[in-house]
Amino acid sequence: MEENMIKITVIDREDLPHELDAPTDMNMNLMELCKSYELPVEGTCGGMALCASCHVYVQSDHELNDPTDDELDMLDQAFFVKGNSRLGCQIKLKTALDGLIVKLAPVAV
Amino acid sequence: MKNIIETDILIIGAGPVGLFSVFEAGLLKLRCHLIDALPQAGGQLTEIYPKKPIYDIPGYPSVLAGDLVQNLLKQIEPFEPGFTLGERADSMEKLEDGRFQLTTTDGTVHRAPVIFIAGGLGSFEPRKPPIDNIEAFENRGIDYFVRNPENYRDRKIVIAGGGDSALDWSIFLADVAKELTLIHRRTEFRGALDSVEKVQELAAAGRIRLVTNAQVTGLQGNGQLSGVVVQHDTEGEFEIAADNFIPLFGLTPKLGPIGEWGLAVDKGAVEVNTFDYSTNVPGIFAIGDINTYPGKLKLILCGFHEATLACQSAFKIVHPDKKLSFKYTTVTGIEGIAV
Repeated sequence: MEENMIKITVIDREDLPHELDAPTDMNMNLMELCKSYELPVEGTCGGMALCASCHVYVQSDHELNDPTDDELDMLDQAFFVKGNSRLGCQIKLKTALDGLIVKLAPVAV
Repeated sequence: MKNIIETDILIIGAGPVGLFSVFEAGLLKLRCHLIDALPQAGGQLTEIYPKKPIYDIPGYPSVLAGDLVQNLLKQIEPFEPGFTLGERADSMEKLEDGRFQLTTTDGTVHRAPVIFIAGGLGSFEPRKPPIDNIEAFENRGIDYFVRNPENYRDRKIVIAGGGDSALDWSIFLADVAKELTLIHRRTEFRGALDSVEKVQELAAAGRIRLVTNAQVTGLQGNGQLSGVVVQHDTEGEFEIAADNFIPLFGLTPKLGPIGEWGLAVDKGAVEVNTFDYSTNVPGIFAIGDINTYPGKLKLILCGFHEATLACQSAFKIVHPDKKLSFKYTTVTGIEGIAV
C-alpha cells in the first residue's frame, strides 16, 4: 500500500463498482472523495450533515466512527435508510478504512 | 393589494453575500432590497451555525458566524436596505419598462431593473417521501406543513416521521383529529424526551395509534386521498384509512422557483459569466454559493468578490447614461461616488 493512500470501493447506483485511491493525509471524507472522482454525489450542504445527498450503505465490516447526533438526526429524515446507512460526509478517510466497500443510496427527490 | 416595493437591486437571499452586496451597491449609490424565506437575515450562518467560528474571513483570525452577520448588518446600515423576510421569492416576470417584477409566496410585489440571486443552498423545502404518485395527492389530502390545525378536525390523520415536528403535531392533533396514526421507520424517536414520553402516553391511552418499524409506501384514493399503504418490517403490508397524510421529514435545500426563471442551471447551481457573475438572463446576476463557474469555490470570501464585481455591471444597467468612476473607501469613505 502506498503511504497515506488506501483503496475504497464505491458501488454506484447502476451497481458499477469504482475502486478509488483515497488519500488519508488530506483530511478528506467519503463524500468529498466521491465528488473528486466525479461520482454522482451532490454533497449539497458541503459536509455539515444537513442534506443526506451523500447517503451510502456500508457493505464491508470495517469499524467506523460512531455517527454523531447530527448524523442520526439527518438519517432519521432521509429515505431508503437501512441498518448500514451512513452519511459519506461524516466518514473521515483513514488508514483503518483500507478496503472499505460502500454503495450509493438512491437519490430522493 | 400591498404597496409595490421599488428599488435598484433586488437581492434574493439575505445571507452574508447578499448583505455585503448592499455595501458595494451603496458605494455606487444603488439602493437595495433583500428577500429571504427565513424570518431573519444571515442565511445559513444565523439559521444553522451561528456559534461556529469561521477562520477564512480576511482580517478576522476567527469570527463566529452569528457575529459576522451582525457586523455585516452594521456595515450596511448607512445604506438603509429594505427587507422582505419570511417570504420566498416565487414568480418573476419582465415588465414593459425593462424592469423585473418579483412576487413572493405571500404576494408581496417587488420591482427593480437588476436582480442579484444570492440564494446560497437554495430555499429550504419539505423533504418529500419517495412514494410514486405523491405529487398527485398534494393539497388533496397530503400536506407537508400543518398550517391550520382546524383543517384536521374530526378527520382521520396519518403523520409520518420521527423528529420533533412529527411528535409535536401528533400530540397536538390527537385532540383535534378523529383518529391519529403516527408512523416511524424505527422504534426510537430522536425528538425531545418529554415529547417522546407524551406520545407514548397518548399511545397507551389509545389516543394515538403508534406504528413503528414501518414506512408509508403507497397512497390510495380517487382524486382525493382515502388511505395509505404501510410496509411494516415484520408484519408486511397493510392499509390505513386516512383523510390526510402529513409527512414530516424536515427541510432540504432546493433551488426552488428560481429554477423556473429560464436561467441556465448546472447540478442545482446557476451558471454565470465570471466577468461580472451575470447569468444568461440580462439583468440577473448570481453570486455566492448558488452560482457555478469553472474553478468555483463555495466560500464567503469568494462571494464577497463576486458581489463587488456584479455591482459594477448593475450600475451600468441602472444608469446606462452615466460613467462609473472607481473610488477607494480610504479616499471617499462610504460616500463613494457622486451620482
